[in-house]
Amino acid sequence: MSTVEGADPPVLEARGIVKRFGHVEALRGADFAVHRGEVVALIGDNGAGKSTLIKVLSGAQPHDEGEILIGGRPERFSSPVDARRAGVETVYQDLAVADDLSVAANLYLGREIMLGGLGGLLGLLDKRAMRRGAAEALEQLGVRIPRVTTPIAMLSGGQRQSVAVARAVIWATSVVILDEPTAALGVVQTQRVLEVVDRARDAGMSVVLVSHNMPQVLEIADRVEVMRLGRRTARFRAADATTDDLVAAMTGALVTEPEDADLR
Amino acid sequence: MPMRRPPRSDRPDTAATGIEPALGTRDRLHARLQEHLASAVSEFTAATALVVLVIALSFASPNFLTADNLFNIGSQTAVIAIIAVAQTMVIITKGIDLSVGSVAALAGVVGAIVVRDLGFSVWEATVVAIAVGAAAGLANGLLVAGARLPPFIATLGMMSAGRGLVFIITGAVGVYSLPESFQLLGNGQIAGIPFAIVITAIVAVSAAFMLSQSRFGQYVYAMGSNMEAARRSGIAVRRNLTAVYVLAGALVGLGGMVAASRVNSGQPNYGIGLELDVIAAAVIGGASLFGGQGRIAGTLIGAFLIAVVRNGSVLLGINIHYQQVIVGLIIWAAVYFDQYRRRRLEARG
Repeated sequence: MSTVEGADPPVLEARGIVKRFGHVEALRGADFAVHRGEVVALIGDNGAGKSTLIKVLSGAQPHDEGEILIGGRPERFSSPVDARRAGVETVYQDLAVADDLSVAANLYLGREIMLGGLGGLLGLLDKRAMRRGAAEALEQLGVRIPRVTTPIAMLSGGQRQSVAVARAVIWATSVVILDEPTAALGVVQTQRVLEVVDRARDAGMSVVLVSHNMPQVLEIADRVEVMRLGRRTARFRAADATTDDLVAAMTGALVTEPEDADLR
Repeated sequence: MPMRRPPRSDRPDTAATGIEPALGTRDRLHARLQEHLASAVSEFTAATALVVLVIALSFASPNFLTADNLFNIGSQTAVIAIIAVAQTMVIITKGIDLSVGSVAALAGVVGAIVVRDLGFSVWEATVVAIAVGAAAGLANGLLVAGARLPPFIATLGMMSAGRGLVFIITGAVGVYSLPESFQLLGNGQIAGIPFAIVITAIVAVSAAFMLSQSRFGQYVYAMGSNMEAARRSGIAVRRNLTAVYVLAGALVGLGGMVAASRVNSGQPNYGIGLELDVIAAAVIGGASLFGGQGRIAGTLIGAFLIAVVRNGSVLLGINIHYQQVIVGLIIWAAVYFDQYRRRRLEARG
């Protein structure tokens, strides 16, 4: 890609984020950026600040200093609801799906389609529309589940994860953040989830992927941003990087901050 | 019943590939069954037990299958059924309401007092009783959703406080000398059908419709299934959870009024141990104490199963204390079944 620098601001950007927990500085001026239609992996050793940065970006924790920009506009998130309103959807490691509800109900949880007219005024759901919408959306993302009326509890781990990711992709308007989406999955199930990520990118969605799995990161991501000690210390184009490079950056042996233009 | 087992997920994931398209023109009944499959299984089991019991009792006692006896069972079960509906909503949110007996007594006593001392009509008194129940429910709800007390503790406190209030208000003496009209809800009839049964039917149908078709109902299940997920989905958990307790309290108030009406007096001792019966009814009918599951239909079946066991024991001349034992056995079986089901589901996840 050879877009003119500055013509296309990142869909999500963090600048100089500082986050303190008491005397501990978890983030010390962390930067991060993801552009439209891009899958960016965020990696770093345990304690590097990935999770904290994700929580700040998803509105789960307010930051102390620095700014978050959505499409170049500064935003202030005081809750995950704010972040979602700004188009940022997050899939947390613990998934946060309601096991007893159906797949369709989970996809629309908190954003139900209501019946028109009197039924809507009475607070009645348009279940049929939600079933149809859910089935179409899952079909588009290539998520295979037996039926949209199946309770989540009856799905396999991979299917649940796929549904959780799909839910985020469906509602996100700019960025989907995935925190270790495949950590607990087998090989086949992992592929399924990564396929969903691929399709989301193809549809123009931006994806932030937190992962420990270096080969996976290089396979799925367009770019990799490495964190160490609460800061971004390296950026790579996935196509140019090797697992060794990533490990070196994570351990502090390699520091590289190339110009934006070189990365795109 | 069209109840196929869902595909087993511990098979290799690829097995899902050839499965039918996610949604077709599948009949809606099937879709609804799928959504609440686990509850439906318990419901089916309890319903089967009820049917078997009814058939057996019909042969064993000539007095069982008579309109009089069935209406009798219906009226007796009405109060328990109404309050069990309330309990079911609370249990679905992973809560429990131990205060139903005390609150029902409080509502019934207050309802009786406003008729006797203030000359309220029975309808006005019913509104007052419902309001008393709703107020107690609001207190429960604020303690659970606001102060974040465990529901068991919040409602245990209300159980004690409510009973105390009843005794303070009445001086521990029943409220008598009520007009005949006070009996309308409990003993009156409408087109030959006991009024209490009509009220129960209206309550049950409305509650079932609300739980299965409304957004609020969806949130009730969502909160009980995963409170954190509900919160992250932007559901106003505190407000909705409080509303569940208020609604439940209002129904308990109505139930208390029907109970007072049946005996044409406000009894300060009414409803001691009632919480056990209604929790049993809900659990037998498939409501899970782990939250997220339960349906009104199942709860009604549970309430009637208990009532029929009691009624049958009387007709067959079985010692009254054995009834308690039998109900206890049914509760064990129902909860064991619930846990067994959960474990199997978790083993799959």
